[in-house]
Amino acid sequence: MAAGEELTLSSHIQHHLTNAKMCTVDGSVAFNKACSEAGFWTWHVDTLAWSIGLGLLFLWIFRSAATKATTGVPGKFQCFIEMVVELVATNVKDTYHGKSKLIAPLALTIFVWVFLMNLMDLIPVDFLPAFAGFVGEQALGMDSQDVYMKIVPTTDINLTAALAIGVFILMIGYSIRIKGVLGFIKELTLHPFSSKNVPLQIILIPANLLLETIALVAKPFSLALRLFGNLYAGEMIFILIGAVGLAQLPLHFVWAVFHILVIVLQAFVFMMLTIVYLSMASSDNH
Amino acid sequence: MNLNATLLGELIAFAVFVLFCMKFVWPPLINAIEARQKKIADGLAASDRAEKDLALAQDKAKDQLKDAKAQAADIIEQAKKREAKMLDEAVHKANAERENILAIGRAELEAERNRLREELRKQVAALAVAGAEKILQRSIDEAAHSDILEKLVQEL
Repeated sequence: MAAGEELTLSSHIQHHLTNAKMCTVDGSVAFNKACSEAGFWTWHVDTLAWSIGLGLLFLWIFRSAATKATTGVPGKFQCFIEMVVELVATNVKDTYHGKSKLIAPLALTIFVWVFLMNLMDLIPVDFLPAFAGFVGEQALGMDSQDVYMKIVPTTDINLTAALAIGVFILMIGYSIRIKGVLGFIKELTLHPFSSKNVPLQIILIPANLLLETIALVAKPFSLALRLFGNLYAGEMIFILIGAVGLAQLPLHFVWAVFHILVIVLQAFVFMMLTIVYLSMASSDNH
Repeated sequence: MNLNATLLGELIAFAVFVLFCMKFVWPPLINAIEARQKKIADGLAASDRAEKDLALAQDKAKDQLKDAKAQAADIIEQAKKREAKMLDEAVHKANAERENILAIGRAELEAERNRLREELRKQVAALAVAGAEKILQRSIDEAAHSDILEKLVQEL
């Protein structure tokens, strides 16, 4: 392989792994490469558009099933929706023992939304980016290489981190609501090392605080990074397979079949861990 | 890692989706499912009850059938008895009637015979008188000899 080809391949991969960016530079809207200096206030428009679009799709599908829901004999569509709802409801009931109106809809939203976003991974990697490039070239007169389109929102750490932070906020909220602020602080400081001897207990507080804080913060980190890592790696392999010519057909098929498992599993794992973490946050017995 | 403002946007989107799901999607769906589960449970319980009721009703019907059969046999028995009794009575009555009619017939017959005999006797007496008259040729005074004639009539 010549050096030029290698460069093309790596730039091809790089192109696939870059989000479409939008920011304001000197008071005017700028895109993509112009945003390299914009820092935090950069928006990944493709991630936002695809994720919000898929979220709305989820809500639309389930809302239309909900408005037509009958207690009599359900149709096939309602049956399908109810199967998903039932799956989530069963898992929530088995894991979360308190009473909460939020946990089950939260779990449903996470499961279906993350699943739909992961599902974008099964669309052949070049289709939509190439289409976007074509549209950009024809309609906007841009170089197709300058049009970025990353269609799997869960391969963007911003999205997975946002989900994890949302869950993290709820975890702290539930902890404080169930145990009170004092109870929450006690949980962070008096375990796992505890002693009936008061001075000794005071000495142990820093160690406890350190361990408990790490344990607490590790939860959203693991949530965000697990989903991101799995999907990013899967996407990367799709891109690499897409670069090997005709041999990609059997390879792509095999990896796609395997990936069907991964995308459902990752959505399910995210949902389950959310329920488990919230269940731990609302239980008193430490 | 390049965390940026996208995270905030997604966080807001996430919150909005969850809230919408909590308000407008989850409750109607789970309510429909639970209502149907209750309906099915009720239906199953009702079918169990109906099965029990059916068995009970079948038992009852069997008993009633048995009773009815026994009653019918009883009634038939009674009817047979009554029939025999009525037949007996009718025979008796008919016999009595026959006797009655026969007796009346006999009495009538007797009366007729007596009447006829009387008439015959009178005629014979008259004939005898006429014969005697012819024999004696006006010699006999009817008034004078009526006692003899009476005696004659009596002897006939």
